[in-house]
Order: sequence, then structure tokens, then C-alpha cells
Amino acid sequence: MGILEGKRILVAGVTMDSSIGFATAKVAQEQGATVLISNFGRALGITRRIAKRLPVEPPVLELDVTDPEHLAGLEAQVREHVDGLDGVVHSIAYGNPETLLGGKFLDGPWEDVAQAVQVSAYSLKSLATATRPLLSSGSSVVGLTFDATVAWPAYDWMGVAKAGLESCSRYLARDLGPDGIRVNLVSAGPLKTLAAKAIPGFEKLEETWEARAPLGWDNTDQEPTAKAVCALLSDFFPATTGEIVHVDGGFHAMGA
Amino acid sequence: MPSTEEIRTDLAAIVNEVAGIPEADVQLDKSFVDDLDVDSLSMVEVVVAAEEKFGVTIPDDEVKNLKTVGDAVSFIEKAL
Ligand SMILES: NC(=O)c1ccc[n+]([C@@H]2O[C@H](COP(=O)([O-])OP(=O)(O)OC[C@H]3O[C@@H](n4cnc5c(N)ncnc54)[C@H](O)[C@@H]3O)[C@@H](O)[C@H]2O)c1
Repeated sequence: MGILEGKRILVAGVTMDSSIGFATAKVAQEQGATVLISNFGRALGITRRIAKRLPVEPPVLELDVTDPEHLAGLEAQVREHVDGLDGVVHSIAYGNPETLLGGKFLDGPWEDVAQAVQVSAYSLKSLATATRPLLSSGSSVVGLTFDATVAWPAYDWMGVAKAGLESCSRYLARDLGPDGIRVNLVSAGPLKTLAAKAIPGFEKLEETWEARAPLGWDNTDQEPTAKAVCALLSDFFPATTGEIVHVDGGFHAMGA
Repeated sequence: MPSTEEIRTDLAAIVNEVAGIPEADVQLDKSFVDDLDVDSLSMVEVVVAAEEKFGVTIPDDEVKNLKTVGDAVSFIEKAL
């Protein structure tokens, strides 16, 4: 018996088989869950092809988290496949790499910053409220962050958006807690995904990570992160909400 | 073992399906970015579709070396 036996889980933000969302969908299926995945825009075509590489080919939904119509229609889209959800995974972020990332912090224009915050932070709230009618007591919402308590090289305005995401998850934990819905984040170390490769200079961070993390760090292995997301989706964290679990080889706990 | 021309024809069909480029334009000497206007997201999809079609693995680090249709065809030939 897997830890997600019988659970129905939506994983939002799967493009490639390198996506953290893909690894999460895979582990969730292996643990007994029925999985739905979603993506947006032109990347949806890639998702439809990549879905075939999962142990069980899941339904692929279209969801742009900034599109009010998509959010309003999400409940009905999900109900075409399952009659409710026990878990929702938010694995979504975007910041314009040309203007916001890679050392251009002091020049980042507000329109692009606003988009980064909407797609990467506000959308956790949008996704949680759009799926709320499908969730019941014992359900779990999990998002992905990159430690926003300090400043990093290259990460720049995405770091500001992640700080917003981390705060957003605490307020959601407060407001959804009375319904028995948990909201938590996994703070992952750097992983070689499409999103990470788009950040100019992010590779430098990847090198120091492996050297400094007491457990070491493999930036091509999405599974430790996916397993932690699945653990938080499961019934094994029944009294945990508003939490951030680090899956980073222990990097965050070291002073140098 | 398919011939170079057979691989090119199959690849042209994929590029057409993903990016809407006429199959006849997808010739060995054409650059994906400069001649065919295939952007990075479309290129990712072409790679995923080609992996499926030909049953090969095209590592991410390899993709940036596949500048022309000919580069891709010869990579696939070697990987088959
Ligand atoms: N890769 C890392 O190093 C790392 C580390 C820590 C946290 N994270 C976080 O993990 C999450 C997943 O990222 P990933 O690294 O797997 O990269 P990824 O590119 O595979 O996934 C990001 C996903 O967000 C989707 N997305 C972007 N804008 C969207 C929108 N408007 N509506 C719906 N979907 C949209 C993309 O299509 C893509 O599927 C992100 O929140 C990211 O910040 C990544």
C-alpha cells in the first residue's frame, strides 16, 4: 500500500520530464494516487506528449493561473475525471529572464515584476480558491519555493516573488485551516529544469550547493523533492500547515 | 535502418506539426533558429516528439549543438 492510496491529486505545472511536477506526478502514481496534470499556453503541447512517459498517462488540463476564465472553469474540468481532490500541487513560477533575472535587479521594470509575482506567488491563492470546492477536510495544498529568506546571486526578482509565495502560503494556511485544509511548501535546492536553465548564472549556485550541503546535492535528481511533496500530500503530516520543508541536502542549516 | 532522407522526412513532418513550417523547407542545411524560426519552446517540443518517433534519447546538453536540420538528422542516425 502506498502513502497516497485512493487519493486524487492535481499537479499544476508539468512541462518536461525534468519538471519537478513530473517527478511529483510519478511518485504520487507509484504511491497509489490518481493524478491529473496541467499546464498552460504553448507548453501544453509538450505536456501532452510528456504525459505518456508517466507510469499511467494522466488527463492533461489547460490552466493558465493568470486567466480568470481558466480558474473559473477548473472545477468543472477536474470533475470530468474525478469527483473531488485530496491534493493540489503548485509547481509554477515565471519571471522574465531578460529583464528580471541574472543580475539586473536594480533595473527590473514593474510590469515584469508584477507578472512574476502574479504567476509565482498570487497564483497559489488563485489555485487554492479555484479548487476549494473540490477539497475537503484532510486535503493538502503543496507549493515549491526556493529559500527566500536571503538574497542569492542571479535569482533577483524571482527571490522577491518567492518571498511573496512563502508569505501567501502562511496566510492560506490560516484561512483554510478551519476547513481542515493544509498548505505547505517544499524549499528545494537548485535542480536542472527548464525554469532553472532560463536563469542566467544559476549554474554557479548549483556548484556551491553540492560542496556545502552536508548530504551533498544532485541537481539532476528531482525525486527527493517529489517525495517530500508527496509526504506533505499524504496523511503523515496531519497537524502540519504553514510550514516550509527544506529538501536541499541540508544547505540551509550551514553557516558556511 | 532508415536512410538519411527517411529521417529528414519524418523530422520535417514533426517540425511542421509543432511549428507549422512547410515540410519542404526543412532541408539539411537549414538552421532551426535562423532559417526556420523555430524558437526555444518549439525546439523543446520537436526534441520530445523526435525522441518518441525515433525511439532515441536526445540529452538536454546536446540540444544546443543541433543547430541545423542536418545536425539533428545525423545525431538521430548515430543514436539509432
Ligand atoms: N529548478 C529549481 O532549481 C527549483 C528550486 C526550487 C523551487 N523551484 C520551483 O519549482 C517549481 C517548478 O519549477 P521547475 O523547476 O520544475 O521548472 P518547470 O519549468 O519544469 O516548471 C514550471 C512550470 O510553470 C508553468 N507555468 C509558468 N507560467 C504559468 C502560468 N501562467 N500558468 C500555469 N503554469 C505556468 C510552466 O509551464 C512550467 O510547467 C517552480 O515554482 C520553481 O520556482 C525550482
